[in-house]
Amino acid sequence: MPIRAVNDFVIRFANVNGSGSASANLLFARAIMRMGVPIAPRNIFPSNIQGLPTWYEVRVSEAGWLGARGGADFLVAMNPQTFVQDIGAIEPGGYLFYDSTRPVPASLLRDDIVVLGMPLTEICNAEYSDPRQRQLYRNIVYVGALAALLDIDVKVIDQLIHERFKGKERLIEANKRALRLGFDEAKARFDCPIDLRVRWSDAVGDRILVEGNFAAALGALYGGATVCAWYPITPSTSLAEAFERNCARYRIDPATGKKNYAIVQAEDEIAAIGMAVGAGWNGSRAFTATSGPGISLMQEFFGLAYFAEVPVVVFDVQRGGPSTGMPTRTQQSDLLICAVASHGDTKHVLLIPEGPGEAFEFAAKAFDLAERLQTPVFVMLDLDIGMNARLSAPFTWDDSRLYDRGKVLSHDDLERADRSFGRYNDVDGDGIPYRTLPGAHPTRGAYFTRGTSRDRFARYTEEGLPYIDNMERLQHKFETARGMLPRPILKKAANPTRIGVLYYGSTAAPMDEAQRMLADEGLHIDLMRIRAFPLAREVADFIQSHDRIFVAEQNRDGQMRSLISIDLGVAPDRLTPILHFNGMPTSVRFIYRELSARLPKRGVSQPLEAVK
Amino acid sequence: MSYLAKPKFHHPAIEVNALGFTHRDYEGSMSTLCAGCGHDSISAAIVHACFELALPPHRIAKLSGIGCSSKTPTYMLGQSHGFNSVHGRMPSVLTGANLANRHLIYLGISGDGDTASIGLGQFAHLMRRGVNVVYVVENNGVYGLTKGQFSATADRGSKSKKGADAADEPIDLVALAIQLGASFVARSFSGDKAQLVPLVKAAFEHKGAAFIDVISPCVTFNNHAGSTKSFDYVREHNIAVNSLDFITGRDPIEVDYAEGERQVVSLHDGSIIKLHKLDAGHDVTDRAAAFATLERHRAAGEIATGLIHLNEDAKDLHDTLGTTTRALNELGAEGLCPGSKALKSINASLR
Repeated sequence: MPIRAVNDFVIRFANVNGSGSASANLLFARAIMRMGVPIAPRNIFPSNIQGLPTWYEVRVSEAGWLGARGGADFLVAMNPQTFVQDIGAIEPGGYLFYDSTRPVPASLLRDDIVVLGMPLTEICNAEYSDPRQRQLYRNIVYVGALAALLDIDVKVIDQLIHERFKGKERLIEANKRALRLGFDEAKARFDCPIDLRVRWSDAVGDRILVEGNFAAALGALYGGATVCAWYPITPSTSLAEAFERNCARYRIDPATGKKNYAIVQAEDEIAAIGMAVGAGWNGSRAFTATSGPGISLMQEFFGLAYFAEVPVVVFDVQRGGPSTGMPTRTQQSDLLICAVASHGDTKHVLLIPEGPGEAFEFAAKAFDLAERLQTPVFVMLDLDIGMNARLSAPFTWDDSRLYDRGKVLSHDDLERADRSFGRYNDVDGDGIPYRTLPGAHPTRGAYFTRGTSRDRFARYTEEGLPYIDNMERLQHKFETARGMLPRPILKKAANPTRIGVLYYGSTAAPMDEAQRMLADEGLHIDLMRIRAFPLAREVADFIQSHDRIFVAEQNRDGQMRSLISIDLGVAPDRLTPILHFNGMPTSVRFIYRELSARLPKRGVSQPLEAVK
Repeated sequence: MSYLAKPKFHHPAIEVNALGFTHRDYEGSMSTLCAGCGHDSISAAIVHACFELALPPHRIAKLSGIGCSSKTPTYMLGQSHGFNSVHGRMPSVLTGANLANRHLIYLGISGDGDTASIGLGQFAHLMRRGVNVVYVVENNGVYGLTKGQFSATADRGSKSKKGADAADEPIDLVALAIQLGASFVARSFSGDKAQLVPLVKAAFEHKGAAFIDVISPCVTFNNHAGSTKSFDYVREHNIAVNSLDFITGRDPIEVDYAEGERQVVSLHDGSIIKLHKLDAGHDVTDRAAAFATLERHRAAGEIATGLIHLNEDAKDLHDTLGTTTRALNELGAEGLCPGSKALKSINASLR
């Protein structure tokens, strides 16, 4: 039986990289969103400019589930290279839409799916003479056909085309014509609409569709970052580029036309972090954006910034490691290397957003924290969050909010000071010393910043006692940080339960849905989403108050599980890992399957102790 | 030792500069380098130049990498903020600091290992970006703190203290800096204060990337027969292509070189450099001539010193970037945060 569903299905596009499919696919997704139906698009792309396979998946969910579901109900097969593999991933009863210009042997098709062939290339060849146009408009033609098949309102797509090509009438007309061509052709060939349908709804509300990298860049803009030094690397490049675009729009001094920011594309990641550290030392809010290989290169500077106490913000948009790994796939596998980056005893503050909303919020907050704590602050995104558009509550900003510039002594502070300035003196008992900026005062406050050991007055020393004094103060400062970070978020099950799941970042996307699916079967789990490192006390309490704890994350080695053990002293055997690390986002089905396999079988009533 | 403060008392009639500071106000902690180290003479020359230019010490930021040379910022300019960063990475830290506040005076101190070996890449990129800096390499051809290994500036065939030959082609940082677009490029000798002080002063007044390669013999590991960076060798083979008088609006400073043909170059801040051309063929504003001069002397087994190249029309990094004339680190939320109204329109564009 063909799948029947309204506003609840997964459609996957299989394309060839560089064929112009990305903008057509986005057009398709946004049309559904404009019809008030929540969507979760995901781009699965190769490390390549042209020619390799790429996929685009749109989850359509009136209920608002934004995690990857797993499987596809409808496949748009535009890539002969992956045709067989793609067909295999269609759910039984699903639909295949393909370019039938060249006949496909029946043996390649399945008899448990609905096959919809349309000679897209032939149609475009008849319509267009320019080869590039044939290729580009073929994508719009299939969007038109999908509109007919899935009952998407063509007026909405027309409107999006108008907005997209505003002021370019020729392009608007050409795109609308291609759209109509596909729509009419599908109407003529198939019984439209099919049983998978989109229906007008109001489930989107005022939400926006935005990529995490854009959101983080916007957070840096609003958070007052003035210096950005970076080196291109997937998947973080679009963060620095979005920062540049937004600065060009919002940070030009109206009187002079000059820039209230400086962005340098450095020669490598080492120089990028070096510049950010230099700017942070000199009182600018500075950041770099990178991914795993860049984090590896930057290690020495992280140690310097930790030890010399220089504020700096690092956006790590994680991808599949180790080494070059899977450069265009997602993972949460830089957690450990960031948490203890560099040689010697080091510990760093990590902020872990779950999506664009928090990427914006945490990015802005990271600059306050870095300056308050005088230390590197890592914002841990990943490719799934960074490069995929996600439906998100609109960004908000409180105009009365002030930047927390931390403990910086001004000229007047130094003038009034009744004792000599000690850069590494713990005056307030919170482990955070006061700093001065170069040029502040003619005769007071100058000190020497160094990565070597020193006493409280920043004087070089190799004595053991001042060294220990300093290292223990840094430890104390780390404890101060613990209380300043975003608290974890608890989502209790409907019924009391002794089973808890810890997770973080993009693993959040499928978690609520998995909780609901399990609850429907009488399996109740409490959820706690970790949002920062060092870990909040609530995490320890959560572990304490549950008999069985799972830690779900996207890496092979259970990196958060290790951090929990290190940071909270929890015995590792208390924490059962749920690990997903094939480079694709964790899916709802995966989480559900892994948890339900480890939980008591449904319908069997067991005393709580037996859950262990 | 560096943690011992130098005695503060001084002669009551000690000379003061336009800011009312004495020479002593530009000094730093006691040096921990070997007695007789060339680097200490360079520190003294920098102190001297800053005193004579009456630079406000707190407006100078001194940055360095790692190594003997990179320790020297501690031994000068005690009223200035200093940053002893990471091996070979001073250029990036300095670039970032300069981006944050364009109004300070940036002094980068490095060595031949720090700049020509591990830090060659960052050196190159700082020069090509035209960061406004006085970048001094204290060049002794060896690693001192690790006891005498060759660096990348050691001349081929030159002998280490243990008798090994330097096998590879040396890197000429002066030629490299010119090629990379540095707009003030000089070479000097730590033993020649008369040449070095005016060069340092002129470099401070120059806007853009100013580079001075100072041959600075290592008395402990590279001052023996067979070394081409020993005091004796450099004294014998040092050929000054020019000597210069550096003239600010204040006191003209004359140097005691023999009179020759003069070349006068005006700096953008109104200062004037009068060059006594000891090498008649050398025109400092001509890049091609600079390369030719370097190559001619190198082929003759000589070390060309003096102001090798000057380009007063170069743009600095802030010019290229178009940054505001205010220091970025002084901007507050009003100049940085677009506010909730702009955010509303950003939200609207994402629906």
